[in-house]
Amino acid sequence: MAASPPVLHHRRHAPPLYGVIAEFENPGDLVHAARKVYDAGYRRINGYSPYPIEELSEAIGFTHTSLPLIVFIGGVIGGLSGFFMQYWIEVIDYPINVGGKPYNSWPAFVPITFEMTVLFAAFSAVLGMLILNKLPQPYHPVFNAPNFALATRDRFFLAVEANDAMFDHDKVTDLLKNLGAIEVSDVEV
Amino acid sequence: MAEETENRPYIEGPMHSTAPVIDPGLTFASVTDKISSIVLKRKTSLAWFFGFAISFALFQLMLLTITNLVFVGIGLWGVNVPVAWGIDILNFVWWIGIGHAGTLISAILLLLRQKWRTSINRFAEAMTLFAVAQAGMYPIFHLGRPWLMYWLFPYPNTMDIWPQFRSPLMWDVFAVSTYATVSALFWFVGLIPDFATLRDRARSKPFQILYGMLAMGWRGSARHWHRYEMAYLLLAGLATPLVLSVHTIVSFDFAVGIIPGWHATIFPPYFVAGAIYAGFAMVLLLTIPLRRFYGLEGFITMRHMHNMAKVMLATGLIVGYGYVMEAFFGWYSGNKYERFMIWNRMHGPYHLYYWSLILCNIITPQFLWIKKVRSNLLALWIISFIVSIGMWLERFVIVITSLHRDYLPSSWGMYQPTQWDWGMFIGTIGFFFTLLFLFIRFLPMISIFEMRTILPEAEVEE
Repeated sequence: MAASPPVLHHRRHAPPLYGVIAEFENPGDLVHAARKVYDAGYRRINGYSPYPIEELSEAIGFTHTSLPLIVFIGGVIGGLSGFFMQYWIEVIDYPINVGGKPYNSWPAFVPITFEMTVLFAAFSAVLGMLILNKLPQPYHPVFNAPNFALATRDRFFLAVEANDAMFDHDKVTDLLKNLGAIEVSDVEV
Repeated sequence: MAEETENRPYIEGPMHSTAPVIDPGLTFASVTDKISSIVLKRKTSLAWFFGFAISFALFQLMLLTITNLVFVGIGLWGVNVPVAWGIDILNFVWWIGIGHAGTLISAILLLLRQKWRTSINRFAEAMTLFAVAQAGMYPIFHLGRPWLMYWLFPYPNTMDIWPQFRSPLMWDVFAVSTYATVSALFWFVGLIPDFATLRDRARSKPFQILYGMLAMGWRGSARHWHRYEMAYLLLAGLATPLVLSVHTIVSFDFAVGIIPGWHATIFPPYFVAGAIYAGFAMVLLLTIPLRRFYGLEGFITMRHMHNMAKVMLATGLIVGYGYVMEAFFGWYSGNKYERFMIWNRMHGPYHLYYWSLILCNIITPQFLWIKKVRSNLLALWIISFIVSIGMWLERFVIVITSLHRDYLPSSWGMYQPTQWDWGMFIGTIGFFFTLLFLFIRFLPMISIFEMRTILPEAEVEE
């Protein structure tokens, strides 16, 4: 790291810091910066973009999600409960002879079993995504960042959180400035 | 259209079309501003109020019909014995079929990585949802005692009875309600990032709060996007077999019965193809005027028109094959009732419906082979309109002509829809358009975040 220029923002009696955020003009700069920051050893970092960028989540080292497992389990529970609901009703609790068909006429139970599988899996996907993402979350510190409203339009942001083990305000600010950020600012909690 | 005569560069894929999938001059900023301004900034036009007023008036007709129906009973309708299912079940099938194109566009084309779907999927999904809402009303009000509709669901009750799960009508309850729920989830999930965009663009406090609540604090975090994309993909993977199952199960309502003209193994694929056919016709019917009115030619290009026309042609041919096979099965079965059914369709009292159906659904789409027709928006709109009528006639032929003359000549009869049947049908069209007008006014009708992903500047160059 090059020698730091004179520090611009000295934080003494300021409110606690959430982190430092850098604003970029295009997705390429953001992904590049994210990779460099990750390579420099920072882990509590996050990118913000107006649309999903596959390379970005890779760059910040976030490639695994347990969502498919959750959806699979949801689907299995849905399928089993769909089938056994019908089995219990038609065989055990309320057996009715329909045209001499066996009580457990399982082929006739397939459509509802299938629909229940899809229904439960779909709910698992949506609720799983929201819960893992900790949404709804009306307040988040990054909303305080200048220009952050443009993160849903055409600007790209990279935040290094203050609770990162390596976090040092001035160092992080310099690093981000040298990575082509058009603006680097502090974000308060 | 001027844009397809100019030779613009391809944006994606090896498809042989000169029209690009999106206007190459667009940027993140212009896409965002243009789509969100329809909701947030643009003055609501007089034409919108005019269209909304007409739809809303027709919606009142639906409410009037339903009120009368609940008071008097379904004797108001033309249904009788033997034709116990009249145009109200027909309309159920018609509406739910229309919905299928939306799911096809949003889910199946996503899995097939067809980027052109991006500019029409939000709108098509809204159409799905609203069409399923119309469809759902018909079987409920057909129950006769609609206030007891909850009996259809398996819940522990003091009567100590349960629904009969060997019946296709029960499968239908689960299929349609699952379809409606999953479509709504898919649609809502797709809207979350766009709600955030609207929240950040809205200038008035109430809209900031409204869209802010709907966005649930979405901030475009990379970790969120990663899970979001996974959830979206999985939902698409779930919606794909779901949409095929729904119309399959709707066709079981008929095919499991032993009525000649219903009891056919070809029904599931033929119904699914018909649903997609009708749905694409409806998407074209709606997007052609919309894109012009809101100046969305840069988003919904001629490429989309061509592709949708081609899907319509392909599914139209499958449906045509279905008609031919129905006639062939009737003849080849050697069963006199089956043969009579086909004869009765072609020459019986409802023969005009049958031949109009052939004209609308088999002859008309053949014009789509010609590129000039596919490029002519007026022609495309008229063909879509004719196909929508044709698909209505198809269900008329299936539901009514099969029922009115089955095995015993002594129990043959005729069916004539009454004004209340028509009132309900026209009323649901009004309700459908009422919802659609509200949608285009208050929600982004094109998925903003997905449009950003297909822009040239979305390419990551490090």
